[in-house]
Amino acid sequence: AFFWLVSLLLSSLVWFIAVKASDPRDEPLQKGLLIFGVMFSVLLQETFRFLYYKLLRKAIEGLVALSEDGCSPISIQQMAYVAGVGFGLMSGAFSMINLLADALGPGTVGIHGDSQLYFLTSAFMTMVLVFLHTFWGILFFHGCEHRRWWEITAVVVMHLAVSGSTFCNPLYVGSLVPSYLLMAAAATWAYLLSGGSAQNLRRFLLCKS
Amino acid sequence: MITFMNNSDSEEEPCNERTSLMSAESPPVPSYQDGLQASEAGEAQAHRKRRTGSSRSPNNTADGETSDSGVPVRESSMENEEEELTLKYGAKHVIMLFVPVTLCMIVVVATIKSVRFYTEKNGQLIYTPFTEDTPSVGQRLLNSVLNTIIMISVIVVMTVFLVLLYKYRCYKFIHGWLILSSLMLLFLFTYIYLGEVLKTYNVAMDYPTLILVIWNFGAVGMICIHWKGPLQLQQAYLIMISALMALVFIKYLPEWSAWVILGAISIYDLMAVLCPKGPLRMLVETAQERNEPIFPALIYSSAMMWSVGMAKPDTGARRPSQQTWDAAEDGRENHRSPSHAESQMLETRSPVQTRPITSLEELEEEERGVKLGLGDFIFYSVLVGKAAATASGDWNTTLACFVAILIGLCLTLLLLAVFKKALPALPISITFGLVFYFSTDNLVRPFMDTLASHQLYI
Repeated sequence: AFFWLVSLLLSSLVWFIAVKASDPRDEPLQKGLLIFGVMFSVLLQETFRFLYYKLLRKAIEGLVALSEDGCSPISIQQMAYVAGVGFGLMSGAFSMINLLADALGPGTVGIHGDSQLYFLTSAFMTMVLVFLHTFWGILFFHGCEHRRWWEITAVVVMHLAVSGSTFCNPLYVGSLVPSYLLMAAAATWAYLLSGGSAQNLRRFLLCKS
Repeated sequence: MITFMNNSDSEEEPCNERTSLMSAESPPVPSYQDGLQASEAGEAQAHRKRRTGSSRSPNNTADGETSDSGVPVRESSMENEEEELTLKYGAKHVIMLFVPVTLCMIVVVATIKSVRFYTEKNGQLIYTPFTEDTPSVGQRLLNSVLNTIIMISVIVVMTVFLVLLYKYRCYKFIHGWLILSSLMLLFLFTYIYLGEVLKTYNVAMDYPTLILVIWNFGAVGMICIHWKGPLQLQQAYLIMISALMALVFIKYLPEWSAWVILGAISIYDLMAVLCPKGPLRMLVETAQERNEPIFPALIYSSAMMWSVGMAKPDTGARRPSQQTWDAAEDGRENHRSPSHAESQMLETRSPVQTRPITSLEELEEEERGVKLGLGDFIFYSVLVGKAAATASGDWNTTLACFVAILIGLCLTLLLLAVFKKALPALPISITFGLVFYFSTDNLVRPFMDTLASHQLYI
């Protein structure tokens, strides 16, 4: 969570400087700067995910060296999951919490001609992002562990795609549907990488031992 | 309001409790030298300097900073074993500290957001005489710096006074002072707080009920803090008085002065604990020389003070009372004596208990607790509360400061594990908190607002 926060800080710093340095009345430029800001932020988030992976790697080595039987009490997969959840929680919290606070107060949604589904779609979008961050954490760490660069690039591309699709808002079908599809894909991929299989799933669902 | 404050100004002194982080663990291996020595030192009758004990090696695997603590100690198997245990308990202790700090912050933020009273400007303490209602920015800055200097010097004076009192064994005076302090905190401030909350929610309450409630709350609090009581209740009371004190600070410190004071306090904390002539360090050393336990009353302790039924009846019986005394004193000190809570991380083991009874060693191992000074609680909550009160970005800033402070606390606990001596608990967290507050408020907020208005997600 802290690492996500730092990445957000740095990316907003960059965006802020860019905005201040440019002409505030130039609409397309502002929009362009915003797009640039979003993309840069995505890249920075993934960079920080990688840095966090490095840090956790060192930690695991320390734990292994320290333990009696040579294996660490927490595995890299668990750390990947926790890292993903941390990123997701922070991202979701930052996206939603002001909305929630405003939702408590009086008001009408979309009174100025905006979409009336603003709160709903924001909630769904945040949810899908939180899940996606979790899965991306697992995929990313797995890719780093086994040196599969294509997995890492896939995560980055997915993140860029999801963020880019939100530019279609308020045309919500353009952003929510692809995001959910991507989430389903990432979920199955992460599940398979974590050692799950169709058999496991069936056994779990049918409550066999 | 001003006159009221003047009357009780001695109690209004900022709680500069030494925040010290110390580990209150009992050594798992009895023959471990450091443990025994530290335990004896820790048992020493402590000052009211709040000390926070943290267990060593708060290796939080989620933070992944375990490698540092693991690397240097590799000489003996005993030390390895010690490290193992501290590693195992480390994460638990970090959580044990996270929960009360989080609770305190939640109480403060919830109150700030809902009760208007604590964000209204109704005068200032006499410790910050310069007003910030000046026409020019430079004048305002100057006034806030002057306010800070006055506040910090009051704190330093009171701390030195406390150290002198302790050196010359004026325990009765200290105890009386602390009792008076906690009396005021528990009764008067709770009365005001309750009154404001009832006003906010438009709930009517008659005086007899009010008197009954306040009396019970205050009396049980006094007993819990200064004498014996269930651990959870004592912890709850300590959290509540820290929150009350933080609310008073948030209300009565002017804007810029508050931020400058926070910064100055962490610097002072750093110096007071680490410099050889620092008052807090002298306090610790005196306590260690005299082999007396450090006042627990001003310290939040997450583990049971197992003094009841110990082999050494006198010291055993006295310990909890001492500890509760300290807690109360600390709490009182917060608003009574300007002795700033100096953050100090000191390693103390439960001294007396480790010696006599082997059967209790398992108990001690289980109950290795963490101690954090109440001053730390108060200043963390002041930072987060001020962020909630004054930030225009509202919840994002508050959340960012909260995360920053917790990460700072983790790092501090890690350093405690590495250095194994008294360390200040304020500087890292407050620095992170301040950096994140100002950067989130000015940089992140416009970015997130623009993103939210276009419903873009990053």
